[in-house]
Amino acid sequence: MSATARTARAAGPARRVREALRAAVWHLAALALLAVLLYPLAWLLGASVKPDDIVGSPELFPARPVADNYQRAMEGVAGVPTSVFFGNSLILALGSVVGTVASSALVAYAFARLRFPGRGLLFSLMISTLLLPFHVVIIPQYILFQRLELIDTYVPLLLGKFLATEAFFVFLMVQFMRGLPRELDQAARIDGCGYWGIFWHVILPLSRPALTTAAIFTFIWSWNDFFGPLIFLNSPENYPLPLALRMFVDQQSNSDYGTMIAMSVLALLPVVLFFLAFQRLIVQGVSSTGLKG
Amino acid sequence: MAERPPAKASPDRPARRRARPARAGREGAAGYLFLSPWILGIVLLTLGPMLASLYLSFTDYNLFDQPEWVGLDNYAAMFADERWRGSVRVTLVYVLLSVPAKLALALAVAMLLARRRRGEGFYRSAFYAPSLLGASVSLALVWRALFMQDGAVDRTLSSVGIELGGWVGNPDYALLVLVVLAIWQFGAPMVIFLAGLKEVPQELYEAADVDGAGRWRKFWSVTVPMISPVIFFNLLLETVNAFQVFTASYVVSNATGGPADSTLFYTLYLYFQGFTDFRMGYASAMAWMLVAGVGLVTLLLFRLSRAWVYYAGEDGR
Repeated sequence: MSATARTARAAGPARRVREALRAAVWHLAALALLAVLLYPLAWLLGASVKPDDIVGSPELFPARPVADNYQRAMEGVAGVPTSVFFGNSLILALGSVVGTVASSALVAYAFARLRFPGRGLLFSLMISTLLLPFHVVIIPQYILFQRLELIDTYVPLLLGKFLATEAFFVFLMVQFMRGLPRELDQAARIDGCGYWGIFWHVILPLSRPALTTAAIFTFIWSWNDFFGPLIFLNSPENYPLPLALRMFVDQQSNSDYGTMIAMSVLALLPVVLFFLAFQRLIVQGVSSTGLKG
Repeated sequence: MAERPPAKASPDRPARRRARPARAGREGAAGYLFLSPWILGIVLLTLGPMLASLYLSFTDYNLFDQPEWVGLDNYAAMFADERWRGSVRVTLVYVLLSVPAKLALALAVAMLLARRRRGEGFYRSAFYAPSLLGASVSLALVWRALFMQDGAVDRTLSSVGIELGGWVGNPDYALLVLVVLAIWQFGAPMVIFLAGLKEVPQELYEAADVDGAGRWRKFWSVTVPMISPVIFFNLLLETVNAFQVFTASYVVSNATGGPADSTLFYTLYLYFQGFTDFRMGYASAMAWMLVAGVGLVTLLLFRLSRAWVYYAGEDGR
């Protein structure tokens, strides 16, 4: 650096100025990039309060914001009010969270802490299902649930969650539980705990961070899920929000963009709130396991 | 254990030997008991259906009549099916365009963010947000609105004299809309890259400085080799996922795969065959071809990874 040409005393402030300048340029570059990246979200928010005739315009926020779009969006589709779709999405999301967290924790405890014949093989089998395209099981699953007359119910969408089919979360919890000190198990055993006792009193409370991460992601994935409900549900009154939104687009002419946009915002709202509330845990979950967003 | 004095070890050894089989048996039983939800799930919802769809792929089946054995006809029909070949092409183009661009952007932004500490948490979250939201129907609809005729993108480009019209309705550009949507969600791999970059020992860069290496040289000779396992992980994950994209193409093309089949992704065509036309035998064969294709690509990536992925600590031991 040119600091060698100057005395140390003179280089101090000069370097600090250069540092500050460099930091400013860095922040400007990052913010510019961010502005481009978040433009679609800002546009979505702005368009949802635009009057009908200017919905498609590139400007972000209208001079006179209107609430009509939201009023119409709440009225719903096909005679079903939007609050029903919200409720359906919520039932599916909460059911998925309970099922996934409970079943994944049980299974992860076995893989992480217990020794049994075939453990390595079964663990590899579980990991390999991570990469398996869902499409190869969806047709027979549909036939199975059709035979059981469970199409258009939430059973096909929730059963898998209670049976730990989301291998990502099992994997996440296994990693976490492996990191817990073994001495705790032994201490609990000395205190007279069996395997269930160790799981319930020791492992489960200590695994709260992993359980929370799994719960957050399950909620968001379930909330956004489109393919599953599209396959297994038929009646509008059972639809979760994403499916209702698609149906709305199908039934309306293109002129009603404002309502569609407002409905999109409503559908996205819980995900955004979850993200704002749990961003640290979410980002940590991604960086430690490679969870998809 | 081996260092224990023998006098002390011998008294509890027989005791242990007696206890071990009983405890191992109990532990094994407990293991399978805890595992039982997953075992039920994998048999009932994964392995069983996989076998069933393998069988169905050799039949003609419409959900209402009995499946009729047709041998390899479904597989042969695929190669003769122009729409099928088209869907393979669309999917491959999508994977080849979106995955490298997404990963390059993810790495670039991760390197940008890795340099400064102040505000890192904020930037990391903000850049990650699209990853979480982009998979939704809402965002696919936004994309459709942004890129359609007279949408925001069209109007902005027109104002600077570029007349491309609506991208969504143009067979040459429609796929690009989906590629842009995929790239937009670069946040997840970026966060993973960022974690990887933090693990690179700072001494390596200092040593490279001493050797007079420039920025570019440091990137290729230090950064890339050191984070190559992370690059590989992201590459594998993003590739496998890109092959299975569905919601975006379904929503943006308004459930058609159009215009002119230009966004007819493999999974979309599979859905139409299986659940619109109820050609479940054909759709099952398509699903197995997808598994074979994704499996082959995965294998290829693993094979190739030996040449460029460097695991620190693997050599010298």
